[in-house]
Amino acid sequence: MASHSATTSDVNLWGGGVEPFKASYGKLMMWFFLLSDTFTFSGLLITYGLIRFSHQAYTGDIHNFVFSHEYWPVPDMVFNGIPFLHGVHLPLVFVGIMTFILIMSSVTMVLAVEAGHRMDRNDVQKWMLWTILGGFAFLGCQAWEWTHLIVGSDHGLTVSNVWNTATRTIFGANLVENEYGPPAFADLFFFITGFHGTHVLSGVILNIIIFYNASIGVYERTGHYEMVEKVGLYWHFVDLVWVFVFTFFYLI
Amino acid sequence: MEATHHHQTNGPAVIAKANTGAIWRTFWILLGVTALEFLIAFTSDSKMFRITTFLLLTIVKAFFIVGEFMHLKHEVKSLIWSILIPTLFVVWLVIALMMEGGSILELR
Repeated sequence: MASHSATTSDVNLWGGGVEPFKASYGKLMMWFFLLSDTFTFSGLLITYGLIRFSHQAYTGDIHNFVFSHEYWPVPDMVFNGIPFLHGVHLPLVFVGIMTFILIMSSVTMVLAVEAGHRMDRNDVQKWMLWTILGGFAFLGCQAWEWTHLIVGSDHGLTVSNVWNTATRTIFGANLVENEYGPPAFADLFFFITGFHGTHVLSGVILNIIIFYNASIGVYERTGHYEMVEKVGLYWHFVDLVWVFVFTFFYLI
Repeated sequence: MEATHHHQTNGPAVIAKANTGAIWRTFWILLGVTALEFLIAFTSDSKMFRITTFLLLTIVKAFFIVGEFMHLKHEVKSLIWSILIPTLFVVWLVIALMMEGGSILELR
């Protein structure tokens, strides 16, 4: 392996052993994978923007807001529930808790990476465990959020049928019908948060594998904890995507 | 990474003390920015102001997550640019498709 102090002139650049960008192969490939994943998520979020902009926006006073298929819903009015407080209007509080959980688990992950640099097996185990717990907590919150949206409100939305004059009431949202606004709103919500949730789930599984390997001393035998760093990059990326999902779905 | 390659296979005899100041500083910044977003969400009614501030604050958060947590700020310049420059395509797609969305609405 090229020593750190060696300048490029005294090693053979094409003879192998030189790390491009001074980053290991694994980390570099993780970065390029994450770049490609950035494009996937960008595609999804930009589709959300396109479809939202092609719908009428709600222009009236927020206090008179009612759900309708005529315009895009105001997020404050859709995402306003939190567990055990049925019917209480608390906009953004629950998603705020979810955001906090994910940022917190990003912090514990970076603490695990730092412990890996110091070859501190106990600390790596401790922080990996906290990160895994954070991941599960986030997934649990998302399961509740989805259930809340699928079940719908107490009063539902009354719409008239296309084919006759009769009316019927829609409760909750699914991929075909949506109580809260245009059906595309629910489709995009379930697809994008679902795709992100799948990323969180795979991240949790990877974290569990890393935790297990660290516990049985695999990385101590290898001589470095780089695997924690690589999976850490993925985990922070999941957090990063959530920051954008949070802004586009819940804030704007 | 450079230091860890030279350790023996059984791990170091003495474990260095944790140095986590920068990590917690980044955490407080992220928490503060999120709190600020909440404050604006509950107090401001101006739509244009909200959208611009939320977008700017999101980029601030992204900067700290990618720069500090993902350590990109401390990588070599060429790596930083080879990750950042391709995302310009995303910027182009945002502008193109937002305008497209607006004209679909007008044509409906």
